[in-house]
Amino acid sequence: MTLLSIKNLKKYYFCGLFNKKEIRAVDGVDLEIKSGRTLGLVGNSGCGKTTVAKIILRLIEPTDGRIIFKEKDITKLRGRELKNLGQEMQIIFQNPETSLNPRMKIYDAILEPLRIHKLCSTDKEYEKILKLIEIVNLNQELLFRYPHELSGGQLQRVVIARILSLNPKFIVADEVTSMLDPLVQAQILNLMKDLQEKLGISYLFISHDMDVVEWMSDEIAVMDEGKIVDWK
Amino acid sequence: MSLLKIQDLKVYFNARGKTVKANNSIDLEIRENEILGLIGETGCGKSILGRAIVGLLPDNVKIGGKIVYRSEDILNLSENGLRKIRGKNIGIILQNPSAALNPVLSIGNQISEIYRYHENMGKKEARIRTAKMLEMVGIDPKRMHEYPHQFSGGMKQRVMIAMGLALNPGLLIADEPTKGLDPTTKDKIIDLICELVINKNMSLLLITHDIGVAEKMCDRIAVMYAGEIIEIATIKNILSNPQHPYTQDLLNSLPKKGLNQTAGESPSLSSPPAGCRFHPRCRCIIGKCLKTHPQLMETEKGTSVRCFLYGNN
Ligand SMILES: Nc1ncnc2c1ncn2[C@@H]1O[C@H](COP(=O)(O)OP(=O)(O)OP(=O)(O)O)[C@@H](O)[C@H]1O
Ligand SMILES: Nc1ncnc2c1ncn2[C@@H]1O[C@H](COP(=O)(O)OP(=O)(O)O)[C@@H](O)[C@H]1O
Ligand code: SF4
Ligand SMILES: [Mg+2]
Ligand SMILES: [Mg+2]
Repeated sequence: MTLLSIKNLKKYYFCGLFNKKEIRAVDGVDLEIKSGRTLGLVGNSGCGKTTVAKIILRLIEPTDGRIIFKEKDITKLRGRELKNLGQEMQIIFQNPETSLNPRMKIYDAILEPLRIHKLCSTDKEYEKILKLIEIVNLNQELLFRYPHELSGGQLQRVVIARILSLNPKFIVADEVTSMLDPLVQAQILNLMKDLQEKLGISYLFISHDMDVVEWMSDEIAVMDEGKIVDWK
Repeated sequence: MSLLKIQDLKVYFNARGKTVKANNSIDLEIRENEILGLIGETGCGKSILGRAIVGLLPDNVKIGGKIVYRSEDILNLSENGLRKIRGKNIGIILQNPSAALNPVLSIGNQISEIYRYHENMGKKEARIRTAKMLEMVGIDPKRMHEYPHQFSGGMKQRVMIAMGLALNPGLLIADEPTKGLDPTTKDKIIDLICELVINKNMSLLLITHDIGVAEKMCDRIAVMYAGEIIEIATIKNILSNPQHPYTQDLLNSLPKKGLNQTAGESPSLSSPPAGCRFHPRCRCIIGKCLKTHPQLMETEKGTSVRCFLYGNN
């Protein structure tokens, strides 16, 4: 069953003097992601992968095209509907340090989404967080530190714990393991696959590491200069 | 000949009343014209070691030991003395480009500033040099007027590399310089850095999780675990005959080997396991591993291991 499809997606940026220079970050992309499956997305740096991901999650507006999630056109969703969508769709970014508030302790950072969506009563918070950090193999002693006191790989695991707390249906993973050592990478990828089997999560998996993409994905789309140029 | 010699380096942080021993008694030598790889678990202290060498550590830190660069102990230099060494003698490419780049300065200005500050260059000359550096890392110099948010992750990464290489330092510390790059760009960057090491007589400390990159670039590899060096050997020996059980597990977890998992969690650095720090996760554990802390010992010429299974440890 198709969970998400995008049709003829485009994103043009205009910059330079008098906005005359046009950058076609995404230039007519069609993709389809089935529920409980993983679509790999590969391509050279700057070819537009992250831009596609951000449009799907409605973090930026497309110049043209449509996004259909669970048979519903979500291209123009606003307000509360958009907020609810944010619970089902999540993204894990390339740079974990930019997705965390520097002034918020790790403990609160992990709980923030649950608190925003009011999904956990205060007395259950501690229990919940212990479960989450166990899943991502994060040491308890890190919970009361600030983001700048953690290493890159530790931060990436915090970000993943945060996202898992919302039980999303669909996760975009943008270069999630490029910051991790092979051992932790193996843990996180195995974890992602386990969660997929248990909870039926779908992934859009973006990575430059072909070995990893092949291991993770059911299908692979290759992108170049804003277009899908090949399927594997 | 050694270019940089680290002796008994200790870097401790104070975090909420606990002491985090990020680097615990590190002994390491970087030779002239060598590429030394530093690999190991996330959070084990690699970046901290890199930062300690150039004196880029936060205030809540306690540091001890010796870091000798060409016979000068640079650990206790003043901020002024450090600034002179940094960039010109020892360059560093930090791990997170988004945090290291200034969001309100154009890419071009951030690079030219280096030339203007360290080499007193005029505006025009600095701009020409900047264009050259950008071209070298595969970025169209026409984009030098753009700001960091307009660059993709991989492009920002290459800007960082250009900045680290700008002054032809004698020693470059590169913290995951190829992270997030596609294979083509990655190969270009690898070639570029290797070329500089050979032609400009540079040495490189390469911190990486990418064993493929390490294999292509490094002469020797040091493996870290929980704030300590646990194995040092030539790249050939590390790959063909890894000795420490952690190194073996690390290599077995690669995608090519089927992403095998190692049980147990990453160790705490404020209260690390007693005895061998790897013992809670080790498949080869013997009695004394629980209580006694193994030393880093030479097991054969050029190979040192911190494990009771080898040598007379
Ligand atoms: N806000 C913006 N203004 C102008 N150009 C932009 C903007 N955001 C992205 N771009 C450009 O769009 C192109 C695609 O960017 P994107 O971040 O999607 O690349 P990517 O494929 O994810 O690359 P990488 O793997 O290096 O992260 C790049 O050329 C980038 O410079
Ligand atoms: N400012 C700080 N205060 C306390 N602990 C820190 C600080 N910076 C880093 N650490 C800790 O030091 C350890 C090593 O970090 P780092 O060198 O960044 O790891 P990596 O090997 O992944 O690069 C980690 O456990 C991290 O949590
Ligand atoms: S010293 Fe003991 S516990 Fe540590 S790695 Fe060697 S065998 Fe394993
Ligand atoms: Mg990207
Ligand atoms: Mg690091």
